[in-house]
Amino acid sequence: MYNFEFEQPSTVAEAVAALASEDAQALAGGQTLIPTMKQRLAAPGKLVSLSGIAEMQGVSSEGSSVTIGAATTHAEVAAAGLGAISALAGNIGDPAVRNRGTIGGSLANNDPSADYPAAALALGATIVTNAREIAADDFFDGMFTTALEEGEIITAIRFETPDAACYQKFEQPASHFALTGVFVAKSGSGVRVAVTGASEEGVHRWTAAEDALNADFSASALDGLSVSSEAMIADLHGSADYRANLVKVLTARAVADC
Amino acid sequence: MPKDHGIGASSKRREDVRYLTGRGNYTDDITLQGQTYAVFVRSEIANGIIKSIDTSAAAAMPGVLAIFTGDDFTEVGGNPAGWAILNRDGSPMKEPKRPVLAHGKVRHVGDAYAAVVAETRAEAQAAAEAIEADIEELPAIINMADALANSDNRVHDEIEDNCCFDWGWIEDNREAVDAAIKAAPHVTTLELVNNRVVPNAMETRASIGEYDPGTGDYKLTTTSQNPHLTKLLIAVFVMGIPEHKLTVVAPDVGGGFGSKIFHYGEEALVLAAAKKLGRPVKWTATRSEAFLSDAHGRDHVTKIELATEADGTFIAIRTETMANMGAYLSNFSTATPTFLHGTLMAGNYRVPHVYVNVKAVFTNTAPVDAYRGAGRPEATFSIERVIDKCARELGMDPVSIRRKNFIQPDQFPYTTPVALEYDTGNYDATMDKALELADVAGFAARKAESAAKGKLRGLGINAYIEACGIAPSNLVGQLGSRVGLYDAATVRVNPTGSISVMVGAHSHGQGHETSFAQVVADMIGIPEENIDIVHGDTSKIPFGMGTYGSRSLAVCGSAMVKATEKVIAKAKKVAAHMLEAGDGDIEFADGVFSVAGTDKSIEWGAVTLGAYVPHNYPLEDLEPGLEETAFYDPNNFTYPAGAYVCEVEVDPDTGKVEVCAFTAADDFGNVINPMIVEGQVHGGIGQGIGQALLEHGIYDDNGQLLSGSYMDYAMPRATDVPNYTVDHSCQTPCTHNPLGVKGCGEAGAIGSPPAVVNAVVDALSEMGVTHIDMPLSPNRVWTAIQAAK
Repeated sequence: MYNFEFEQPSTVAEAVAALASEDAQALAGGQTLIPTMKQRLAAPGKLVSLSGIAEMQGVSSEGSSVTIGAATTHAEVAAAGLGAISALAGNIGDPAVRNRGTIGGSLANNDPSADYPAAALALGATIVTNAREIAADDFFDGMFTTALEEGEIITAIRFETPDAACYQKFEQPASHFALTGVFVAKSGSGVRVAVTGASEEGVHRWTAAEDALNADFSASALDGLSVSSEAMIADLHGSADYRANLVKVLTARAVADC
Repeated sequence: MPKDHGIGASSKRREDVRYLTGRGNYTDDITLQGQTYAVFVRSEIANGIIKSIDTSAAAAMPGVLAIFTGDDFTEVGGNPAGWAILNRDGSPMKEPKRPVLAHGKVRHVGDAYAAVVAETRAEAQAAAEAIEADIEELPAIINMADALANSDNRVHDEIEDNCCFDWGWIEDNREAVDAAIKAAPHVTTLELVNNRVVPNAMETRASIGEYDPGTGDYKLTTTSQNPHLTKLLIAVFVMGIPEHKLTVVAPDVGGGFGSKIFHYGEEALVLAAAKKLGRPVKWTATRSEAFLSDAHGRDHVTKIELATEADGTFIAIRTETMANMGAYLSNFSTATPTFLHGTLMAGNYRVPHVYVNVKAVFTNTAPVDAYRGAGRPEATFSIERVIDKCARELGMDPVSIRRKNFIQPDQFPYTTPVALEYDTGNYDATMDKALELADVAGFAARKAESAAKGKLRGLGINAYIEACGIAPSNLVGQLGSRVGLYDAATVRVNPTGSISVMVGAHSHGQGHETSFAQVVADMIGIPEENIDIVHGDTSKIPFGMGTYGSRSLAVCGSAMVKATEKVIAKAKKVAAHMLEAGDGDIEFADGVFSVAGTDKSIEWGAVTLGAYVPHNYPLEDLEPGLEETAFYDPNNFTYPAGAYVCEVEVDPDTGKVEVCAFTAADDFGNVINPMIVEGQVHGGIGQGIGQALLEHGIYDDNGQLLSGSYMDYAMPRATDVPNYTVDHSCQTPCTHNPLGVKGCGEAGAIGSPPAVVNAVVDALSEMGVTHIDMPLSPNRVWTAIQAAK
């Protein structure tokens, strides 16, 4: 690891100001960034920690609307009794990762194999930043890329509680990241199916499945569908065909378990 | 009643107190006055010509004390192979020099070509990044078949076909085997891969070099399984240091699994640097360096043929194997695929004709060498997989085809066609025990339950044998070994009767400090806690050959028994004098010497005190003191054997394999500490399941290690393995060592991969799947199912 400066502001405004300096990098839970720095693959001049900002912490509900502060750890979300999203959070990494890693960090990093992006997309969540609100459909922009501007900080994630939801994750054998993961959410506005881990394009919706499930919300509604392996990730853990198969298998299981 | 003390007791591992409370003393825990830090610069390309290395910028950086390149070691020797193998035509193997630092060429990703020593590790790291090397990249040689076929691309310029040796075992068997296979009613052929694994000891390698200009003494503290062997290699072969001027210490070592048997260039470098600087030099491998530069394991590609009668009676086995050596010959690399592999190719069976051919191949990959089991897992996997395939082809049950061909208890000693003489065993007994414990009778019902859930259940059976207790020196000498394989122990009785035992074996997780003490406690009749086992420091211990090949108790333990017997014999003479009796009248039991037929007796502590305070002592006939050393050279290998049963459930939609149950029935002969034995078997099975389902050291065509971190190299986790059922109640004691022990360290890793793969193939056999190569990842299993559809 190279040397760096460290700041821990206590408000979002201070954090935004600190991030304005050249070569500054926001630090959420650090579960991706710190190992990358240890391997000397990243060398930010300054880290701006978001963990001391009280307004970015915690889970709150108002009616059917749920807001999760961006600096809330996976462990806290897992314990928050939020159904499928708590179950998802409780199965990220290991206890050490869950006690440091945050939902905002995961969404901002948009790792193509991360779990939270699938949840945010399937829930039609709103990504709240220091500057604006971004619909999940507009937020994810391919592997490791999001709509966030330079220096923009996610402060919270807000979504409506779904009528039913389930996340099915098939773990990559080494990392236990999602080799493929599918989040299915059903609400008054319809069914949304979001897929992570599978595509070269990053997290995405499987709209053909959504159409079929809107007509008939059952696993068998998917029988006639097929998933193209084009643009699927192929690596030593899974071929494109294998991932395409997992998308369908996991979607059916998620529907069955909703 | 289970014993609570001595041989046969599950004494708690005394070493665990320091391991589990953070008080272990590992190499990286040691910080010396004036210590400096070494960092290595490693090649990022697999095959290339070193045109130039510019160290000038690095040399000027803060804290930098010295920089080394291959040029600095042209005058010292290479790190040698421990066994010289002959080709089928009798010519010697190809043996390229393995330098301390790469010189002229880099030959694998991770090959170190420079090193920086600085005041701090961070300064050394920064300077290492500033070294500029101009390396002309050449095509990487990765695939073994291509390596042998393509003489344009070479790992070593002087070896045109990249072939280290082409070995036949036994060459005289070849024609008869060919004829037998040609004439046989049935021949089963199987082509398989024994996947490369990365050892992944919990503690990465680390070394500290010291040099005392006042005395000329060197000291190396290092992560070694065999400090005397490391000392011998460094002093005599590599550095040319007089042996009496080098001490090697292996303190607590956090696992090795074979990878820490070998001497590595980093050890020589820290010694050379310490001499140059007159200060201690420490190097600790990062996990990334461990992946790239530790000796890997396995990596065979094999074609095996099993010829049988129509009723399943074995006639002949013939194998052709390509064994990956990697870029350089590691110390045991040439022995592993030959004398630890070909000699086991008859398995537990009566097979009249066996012939093994092994071609050892250089590639631009990390060196490959002994890894838990070393050659024997590769042999067992080939045999036990082809037998299962044969049974299916013949419509036979996998148990009965094995039973039909087992060597029978009344046939021992049994000489195989591949030159081993098995001294004892009872393979039906372990098979019976495994089938019973695994409730094989209830399998059909469990399979139906799985089917009701949409899962495919499979049962995998195998039998294994291994040659342990390595090894008779005169035999291995004839076969090309450049060292002897005896071991040694010194039993030093202290004046008040407590005992320090200095042993040549090294314990790095095996629990010797407990189990060895149990043996001596039993022989003397004193409490275990009055005995300490001292190991790992060449200035304290006798010249033993270390720990590998499940040899420690069988070989070093036997030396310890012999030394203890000598101590007892002398103590009897002392007691006879003190009791005013004849030597022949002294009896010794439970720590008390007595005169036969009388009530005269004297306790152990009084005799030992008498030996060291010899006021009433036969000084004219007997030296004072009570300390004896013994060397023990075994007259045969030991042959642990057993039967394993694995039950799996396969999810046909995802290809995921769940190991539902695993049963091991092992015959280790006599057992000193059942708890430690079970722990060893558990660990071995975990590694075997890891190899079968998860682990894969895989290089791309450019020689980059794709699975070079835990993000992609899948180690078994607790959730990947079931609760094991292990049993060692079937015991046919070794006939030729004093404890009747065979060794248990590697069995689990040898017996489990074929059991797992046989189980998965059994689950998928109705679909027509006949083989899947390890690791049986979900992707591979699913792909095999699709192909069979």
